[in-house]
Amino acid sequence: MSEYVLETKGLGISFGGLKAVSDVNLKVKKGEIYGLIGPNGAGKTTVFNLLTGVYTPTEGTFFLDGKELKGLSQEKINRSGIARTFQNIRLFNNMTVVRNVMVGLHNRKEYSCSVMQSIFRMPAHFSVERRMREKAKELLDIFGLLEERNNLSCNLPYGKQRKLEIARALATEPQLLLLDEPAAGMNPIETEDLRRTVEIIRDRFGVTVLLIEHDLKFVTEICNEITVLNFGTVIAQGTVKEALSDPQVVKAYIGS
Amino acid sequence: MKKFLSTIKWKYYIGYLVITLALAVTGILSAVNALPNSTLYLLEEITIALILAISLSVVVGFLGELSLGHAGFMCVGAYLGGKFSAVICEKFAVSDSNFAVFLLSLIAGGICAAVFGFIIGLPALRLKGDYLAIVTLAFGEIIRNIFLNTSSESFGGALGLPTPRMNKNILFVFGFLLVLATLAVVQNLIRSKHGRAITAIRDNEIAARATGIDITKYKLLVFVISSAFAGIAGVLYSYTKATVRSEIFDYNYSIEILVMVVIGGMGNLSGTMLSAAVITYLNNKLMAVLTGNLAVLQNLVYALILIGIIIYNNAPALKNVREKYNLGTLWAKITKPKKDPAKETDDTGRWDVVPTKIEMDEVLTVGIIKKDIEASEKKEEGKDE
Ligand SMILES: Nc1ncnc2c1ncn2[C@@H]1O[C@H](COP(=O)(O)OP(=O)(O)OP(=O)(O)O)[C@@H](O)[C@H]1O
Ligand SMILES: [Mg+2]
Repeated sequence: MSEYVLETKGLGISFGGLKAVSDVNLKVKKGEIYGLIGPNGAGKTTVFNLLTGVYTPTEGTFFLDGKELKGLSQEKINRSGIARTFQNIRLFNNMTVVRNVMVGLHNRKEYSCSVMQSIFRMPAHFSVERRMREKAKELLDIFGLLEERNNLSCNLPYGKQRKLEIARALATEPQLLLLDEPAAGMNPIETEDLRRTVEIIRDRFGVTVLLIEHDLKFVTEICNEITVLNFGTVIAQGTVKEALSDPQVVKAYIGS
Repeated sequence: MKKFLSTIKWKYYIGYLVITLALAVTGILSAVNALPNSTLYLLEEITIALILAISLSVVVGFLGELSLGHAGFMCVGAYLGGKFSAVICEKFAVSDSNFAVFLLSLIAGGICAAVFGFIIGLPALRLKGDYLAIVTLAFGEIIRNIFLNTSSESFGGALGLPTPRMNKNILFVFGFLLVLATLAVVQNLIRSKHGRAITAIRDNEIAARATGIDITKYKLLVFVISSAFAGIAGVLYSYTKATVRSEIFDYNYSIEILVMVVIGGMGNLSGTMLSAAVITYLNNKLMAVLTGNLAVLQNLVYALILIGIIIYNNAPALKNVREKYNLGTLWAKITKPKKDPAKETDDTGRWDVVPTKIEMDEVLTVGIIKKDIEASEKKEEGKDE
């Protein structure tokens, strides 16, 4: 056990000589909602891509609950306990809502069932299918999506698609959930709803949240601590108030 | 009883039902010698086409990868399965293959093809779309040419491999049974958590990875299963012919199987089976009717009919006609479902939602439109991720 759920040490990556992100040191405590902010192109999503194995860091490393995850594949990192959502929503569009969540449940031990058991329709297959569906419905109920469970996910309104993506990520039973601009494109009512959702994630599921957000009001309301990135480097870190009043941050936001 | 019947998901059993019925009817007819040889031959052809189309649809319809080498896997099955039974027959000094030998060579041919499927599945882990299509295409051509250039003692070379004989009158019965087996395996796979993972990869590979789906495992699994059944179809084929000749497993044959899958509706097994049967029947009849000088018209008429089907399936102007006269609505008329899909308690009836994204044009205009789309997507991705 480590004091921090997520700890990065000098994390960075360069693309052919161009340093997109460098020397990022995050210390995210358990049960915290941690913000990652910065102007467009600052490298926020790139940090998420490093943490989820989309890119392998060219410098530094990172630990989840004390366990080094650098160099693992995306699938393995997810199974180690980091789940994410995407800036541009990525759902399984030709599947129903409930089935999207069931894909999230796929790797959980309690729903294991071999390919042979499925092909030969052994009892395990039916039991797993039934229990997965129940569990998925339970999750959808928490997120207020139960009514829509049999709709195709692409037919959901925007705000609900965001929520579904979060539900799917949570279904993988992560310790740490990365949300990439969850409030982008949402109206004030949807944003308020999202805030409650994120709190549910923390309180009810005990999942630590690291989120990227441009909406500073949202960040101020919900985050315990933040890190501000600009041009791929950390310019301020600490509580929301401290970090946002840092002269460099003010310059980055207003000056650019 | 009525209540029990209403709980059955007919959609999934209609395939088994139709095949079993066809088997029963043709079986009885052939038992009383009412079927001419040409019909027996047609039935064999149809069962082979069904196995090929169902197995290819796992790759194309459910995994969403384009394979242009399905005939190559069939070729492996036909040659290696055929050779296997010839060797066994020789060893035990029997002149005709019996049921046990047939069964063993089905397994042998299936396993050999599956090994090749695994090997072709490996590049599929890294390559996508057009590039993978080219690899599978090359595989099909290479494998066929390897068998063409073997010595006459090993695989017959240009003369072809002489194949085992068995009572040809009952071969179609095995054909139908194998179709049932293929359908059962493929459908049970797709309608399970594993099938869900496979369709998740098709719908959004990046999201599937981020959700922890083992892409390597499932891509290889799909290629292995698909090629194993293609191999089995190949063994069946080798039994229906006096000699197996490598020419027939060419590019055109792979395309023809692909056409069956595409016209039937990607990811729609009943549709795929229907189109496989109809297209095979059509080909067979055209060959029988247009003989002599008219033989040159065979391909022309075949192509015209296919174009007609495609226009009917896709033309916006025919939308109303299509909705009125498609199988789904006819089926709904017969069964009169009261349920509104949105109000169903479960979505268990919705396994084969046909992807709207992978469409005809994407498959048939390999490389032109798709590249542009991908390039623009890449730009976008670079921006927001
Ligand atoms: N694969 C890549 N190859 C080259 N450069 C990249 C790659 N991925 C990201 N970058 C660069 O890294 C920088 C940071 O991009 P990133 O998407 O992380 O920004 P962001 O902070 O998420 O911005 P936004 O708020 O617009 O989402 C950009 O300049 C981008 O061009
Ligand atoms: Mg971003």
